[in-house]
Amino acid sequence: MSALRRFLSPAGLFKQALMVAIAIAAIYPVYYMLETSLKTREAWTADQFGLPLPPTLDNYATLLADGRIPVWFMNSVIVTTASVLVSTVVATLAAFAIARLTFRGRTFLLRLLVALMVVPPAVLVLPLFLGLQPLGLTNTYQGVVLIYSGMLVPFSVYMLSSFFRTLPVELFEAARIDGASTMRILRSIVVPLSGPGFITLIVVNAMWVWNELLIALVFLQDDQKRTLMAGLTTMRGRYAINEPLVMAGMFLGVLPILLLFLFGQRFFVRGLVAGAVK
Amino acid sequence: MSAMASAIRRRSRVDVTPYLLVAPAVALILLIYGYPIVRVFIDSFLSPTAARGTTVGLANYGFVIDDPVFWKSAGNNVFLLVGVPIMTFVALVVAVILFDQIRGWRLYRTLVFTPYILAVPVIGVTFVYLYGYNGVVNEILRAVGLGGLAQDWLGSPTLVMPSILSVIIYRELGFGVMLFLARMASIREELYEAAMIDGAGWWARLRYITVPQLRTVMTFFVVIELITMLSWVFAYVYSMTGGGPAFASSVLELYIWKYAFAYRAIGIASAVAVLLLVAISVLIVVQLLVRGGESETGEE
Repeated sequence: MSALRRFLSPAGLFKQALMVAIAIAAIYPVYYMLETSLKTREAWTADQFGLPLPPTLDNYATLLADGRIPVWFMNSVIVTTASVLVSTVVATLAAFAIARLTFRGRTFLLRLLVALMVVPPAVLVLPLFLGLQPLGLTNTYQGVVLIYSGMLVPFSVYMLSSFFRTLPVELFEAARIDGASTMRILRSIVVPLSGPGFITLIVVNAMWVWNELLIALVFLQDDQKRTLMAGLTTMRGRYAINEPLVMAGMFLGVLPILLLFLFGQRFFVRGLVAGAVK
Repeated sequence: MSAMASAIRRRSRVDVTPYLLVAPAVALILLIYGYPIVRVFIDSFLSPTAARGTTVGLANYGFVIDDPVFWKSAGNNVFLLVGVPIMTFVALVVAVILFDQIRGWRLYRTLVFTPYILAVPVIGVTFVYLYGYNGVVNEILRAVGLGGLAQDWLGSPTLVMPSILSVIIYRELGFGVMLFLARMASIREELYEAAMIDGAGWWARLRYITVPQLRTVMTFFVVIELITMLSWVFAYVYSMTGGGPAFASSVLELYIWKYAFAYRAIGIASAVAVLLLVAISVLIVVQLLVRGGESETGEE
């Protein structure tokens, strides 16, 4: 009863009204993408607000038939998977050393990694382009995967090393006494116990690579090599007068991450706040 | 005995395992951060065109300093900083409301966070339609009889930056709410209980417990967002206006990108990149100094 009274109090109603307004504003663009994409161009011109009745999948069929979006989509899948894989492996090794071993330069390395997290990609993109061009690495998956992996390393090492530090130290000592080598401890204790940490990191990193635009635009300019995000930004010029078609493309662009988010919200939240809340 | 001997032997030599473990990460960092940072400094003193090797001293910096478009771009980045206090405040209000677990708070939390996981280019293109002359925003204004306020939100030189800023706030707000909520969840319950016993009301608890406890995470959020506004807005601007109309919504990243890849003026792009890097570094150093001062006064 008191909950209901609190709900109906002026303050309670104000809070509800404010949250409803903010929630609608937050979700409206997604709704707009979906709603528009299910209309024909004519239906949309006649009424951009109404529900798409009857809904049509013509726009999605057109995009699939055109073939570019499926290619870009696969490019994004390839680039994202490879970058996340490489950076996770590299970061796991380094994070383990930083979290659980002592060596000269350990503190310096960790500080350096934290500092590198704030270096803007815009600063790196031109010298990287000039450096990779003579090696034939521009317009190749390998080139972007190398760049993305490198850019993911500072945050990944930072996050994993703080995660590894939360594992009980007794486990390491016990394994040492049993004569386990460092690599054995990493393989048989640290990695199996760090599932949640890895999932969180992979989600955050995959989202970052999937959504990245600047590097993708510069390094994959060939239409057959473009990532989905870079490709989608070219759509507006190409189909300027067909909003429902563009919105269908945009919705396809966010759908994978949206689905992941709906099923694994806690991993997104945990990963994205990992740097700030200990 | 032999186990002990080998343990002694192992200890007397330097264990190379840690170095082998960090080697791949260090190599990648040298390649992706080290090399470009060194090279961008060197290139900023070289001839602005692709012809390599001619040193031009500070001529590139001179060109940049004299270029009104550079100042317009830098000014736009500075303008975006206005959004940081706004979104910090709104995020705090939303987090506090949700933390009270009002009816439906779980759903609100999910919805408020959703924009943050959407790709910036997608948000950008969608808002081009929402903010278009016959877009949703103007149609709503017309529907409620405020048609006179309908604007070409992204086509007007004076409105384009506020419009872009609103989109950035739209996306980043959820990040702030999540950060603050996560920190609030770890505030010890006894603090609130003690305050309740002392008769502290809702406002007093907010003022004297929640906000002070959130100070570190709020500082973190503010710093992240300051960095975002100065150096991570390329995708917003590129997907919404491409820097237009004319150069009204250009930002430093776009300026670098144009000089690097459209005008092929490497020296000039590098000079601006150096300036951007210096600006970010100054920001970080200032933040560290402020934080260092705080910890001396006994904060955390």
